[in-house]
Amino acid sequence: MSEPEQPKHRASDFNTSTFPTWCPGCGDFGIWAALKNALVELGREPHDTVVVYGIGCSGNMANNVNTYAFHGLHGRPVPVAEGIKMANHGLTVIVIAGDGDGYGEGLGHFLHAVRGNADITYIVHNNQVYGLTTGQTSPTSDKGYKSKSTPHGVIEEPINPISLALGASGTFVARGYAGDIKHLTSLIVQGVQHKGFSLIDVFQPCVTFNKINTHLWFQKMTVKLEEMGHDPSNREAAIQQAFRRDQLPIGLYYKEDRPAYHEQLSQIAETPLVEHPLEPLTFDELQKEFM
Amino acid sequence: MKTTFTWKIGGEAGFGIKVSCMMFVRLCVRMGLHIFDYSEYPSLIRGGHNTYQVTVSPDEVFAELHEVDYLVALNEETVRLHLGELTKGASIIYDPDVVHLDAAEFQQKEISLIGVPLKKIVKEVGGPDIMRNMVAIGATIALLCAELTEFEELIAEQFAKKGETIIGQNVDVVRRGYAYVQEKHKRECTHVLTKQEVKSKRMALTVNDAISLGAVAAGCKFYAAYPMTPASSVLETLARWDTKAGIVVKHAEDEISVINMALGASFAGVRSMIGTSGGGFSLMVETLGLAGITETPLVVLNSQRPGPATGLPTWSGQGDLRFVMHAAQDDFPRIVLAPGDVDEAFALTRDAFRLAEKYHVPVIILSDKFLSESQKSTEPFDLGDENIARESMLTQEQIGALTEKYKRYALTESGVSPRTIPGMPGGVHLANSDEHDEYGFTDETSEMRTAQHAKRMKKLEAIAKEIPAQKMYGPESADLTLIAWGSTKGTVREAMRILERENIHINFLHLSHLFPFPVDQVKRVMQNAKRTLLLEGNAAAQLGGLIQQFTLTVPDETFLKYDGRPFFPREVVAKVKEIMSS
Repeated sequence: MSEPEQPKHRASDFNTSTFPTWCPGCGDFGIWAALKNALVELGREPHDTVVVYGIGCSGNMANNVNTYAFHGLHGRPVPVAEGIKMANHGLTVIVIAGDGDGYGEGLGHFLHAVRGNADITYIVHNNQVYGLTTGQTSPTSDKGYKSKSTPHGVIEEPINPISLALGASGTFVARGYAGDIKHLTSLIVQGVQHKGFSLIDVFQPCVTFNKINTHLWFQKMTVKLEEMGHDPSNREAAIQQAFRRDQLPIGLYYKEDRPAYHEQLSQIAETPLVEHPLEPLTFDELQKEFM
Repeated sequence: MKTTFTWKIGGEAGFGIKVSCMMFVRLCVRMGLHIFDYSEYPSLIRGGHNTYQVTVSPDEVFAELHEVDYLVALNEETVRLHLGELTKGASIIYDPDVVHLDAAEFQQKEISLIGVPLKKIVKEVGGPDIMRNMVAIGATIALLCAELTEFEELIAEQFAKKGETIIGQNVDVVRRGYAYVQEKHKRECTHVLTKQEVKSKRMALTVNDAISLGAVAAGCKFYAAYPMTPASSVLETLARWDTKAGIVVKHAEDEISVINMALGASFAGVRSMIGTSGGGFSLMVETLGLAGITETPLVVLNSQRPGPATGLPTWSGQGDLRFVMHAAQDDFPRIVLAPGDVDEAFALTRDAFRLAEKYHVPVIILSDKFLSESQKSTEPFDLGDENIARESMLTQEQIGALTEKYKRYALTESGVSPRTIPGMPGGVHLANSDEHDEYGFTDETSEMRTAQHAKRMKKLEAIAKEIPAQKMYGPESADLTLIAWGSTKGTVREAMRILERENIHINFLHLSHLFPFPVDQVKRVMQNAKRTLLLEGNAAAQLGGLIQQFTLTVPDETFLKYDGRPFFPREVVAKVKEIMSS
């Protein structure tokens, strides 16, 4: 991505008066930095961007990014974002959620937003554990993972968000790593620029509760798709990469151009819904149906 | 000759009853008559017993009458199930080749058997079986001594899209049914269908239709829903109107998504509404609280059906009053409205949007299957000349004039803190599900929690002042005062009409605003009434509990019904007589 010659803002312009409450070394700091950097690079203003947050350590970022923000319920930020986009498609709409949020309570919303190709950028902090509730298993925890809620080890196989998004006809499927801010920034920039639903699953080490999937572990396990010559227009290849266990590929798995949900609503082809006058376009004609 | 009558048709689901009945209703309304219709059907697509009935009169009809003058029986079961509803002198229109009735039995009961070979007539013109309903309507029109011209015009209009052949077949079978009665069942008319002079064309519509019109009139631009009887027709109607009315309608994946999408749209500045029944509302509950704490306007329709759980999916009840009043954890301000008829439904829906936006609260509209699916005739709605005003929202100029950083949750005198919407420079804020400070940032201190919670609850004081006087019907003083809410209004008014004919005068307080509760007025009525009768479609006397809670008085008598059927006027009449004679 080429940066504008003179960015309108600096990343610090997207800070608020409050500082994050995450543990020192938390992967969330990297995602926070990448998000702000991406907004700068994209030339966005605090007022033309809405970030919708779920509940969890990730959602607590709601207090720390200077844009319009909606801090909703656990598992439900995606439909809120879809509503915002339908109401005003002139806005940049980004969702910040966690793995419990997005792949546990909110799994259904996620897949339906993917298949609808709602034009939102979905950044999922995936630390494979429940941090804010102090260390229970998550939908992405590996099979056998021992936690406070699964002392004998998780029985289920982990959710594979990449393959799910691909299976639901996703048009932008990517994965980043919170420890590589520059790479993640680039993914967020591309995700926001993509017209349609962009999934950016982010490996985010939880330094307090996850002693297995640590920074060191991710640094060893991750490989960059772009360095492997992966073709992001090849869905079959993307699916193959999504199921790899030997290494964890990060980068853009798949991208395809398809009209976004709001682009298929003729009512708002000319003007965003929020700019329509409140007076009904027609009324007598509707009443006549009952005569 | 009488001019008020009730016509009923019964048969199995899949007999195509609804479409033909809608046409009969349309005919009556176009002839300047008033109607009120009512249908019963099980939660099935095929089979099961379905009925549809309409009461027709030159005078306004407030509710369906239980007494049937004309019964079209498409099967024998219909006769068996509804014999008790037939009036003296009633007629049964049936196909003798399909339904076998004993003439002597009916002669004794003074019921006329009008045998019409429905099936044979349809076969003669080569039409499908469902055209039997049209033959029966032709026969009915003949029995009512009316001409066919208007109905034929209606067929041509309604079936225009289906082409000449279908129109021709339908007109043909109607004529044949009509001619058959004229030839084989020539008799004096007991009821007549005569054209009435009217000032303007009337409508026949359900409360769901009126709510749909009310939403459009109020500037609703976003409607989301997941299909659920008896709320689904609002989704279908608004979806049909979406491009014409400039409204985005979203059938979301579930009710949780529905309410969250609507909240998002509302946060972004668009007037938004959702619709469901009790089961779907249950799924929405957590987000209702989110609307409360983020102070985001929202209009919610809950068209009740009996529960709990799946309950009686296609039947009626008033069991959700306390539920919607208290749904979601902890306290937050909300408004609960319960229209009693189509006119109130239109007016209250419009007002629901105004109140939601002015006070940044969820407004819940309670309907039920009975209201949501029963058509009533009424005059066209008047939009008035006033433009819709945005309320409790800062303009860009006002933001520019702020001397300090914008506070979304400013601690104001009234509790209402003017909002901004995304896209407005200078209005950036966090709408926060967590308890928050004036800017919206998470704040768990004792002081701020208390201040913000009190601020939100404070709004109820101003809202309470907006509650209009609830409607009182009948004489100022009466030996018995009936109290009811929502959908029972028409039934009680129809019952009062019957009682008045027998010189029994009662009065009636109808509550359309349940929360904030109209405390002073209800207290006054309870104190001044000689005797009170509470009437509700639930088992726990939910309004009764509210009356006790808010006025410290208890209704003398209660009449509760929770069998899935609405109250019928004659049941109310009987109850009133029973009480007054005791």
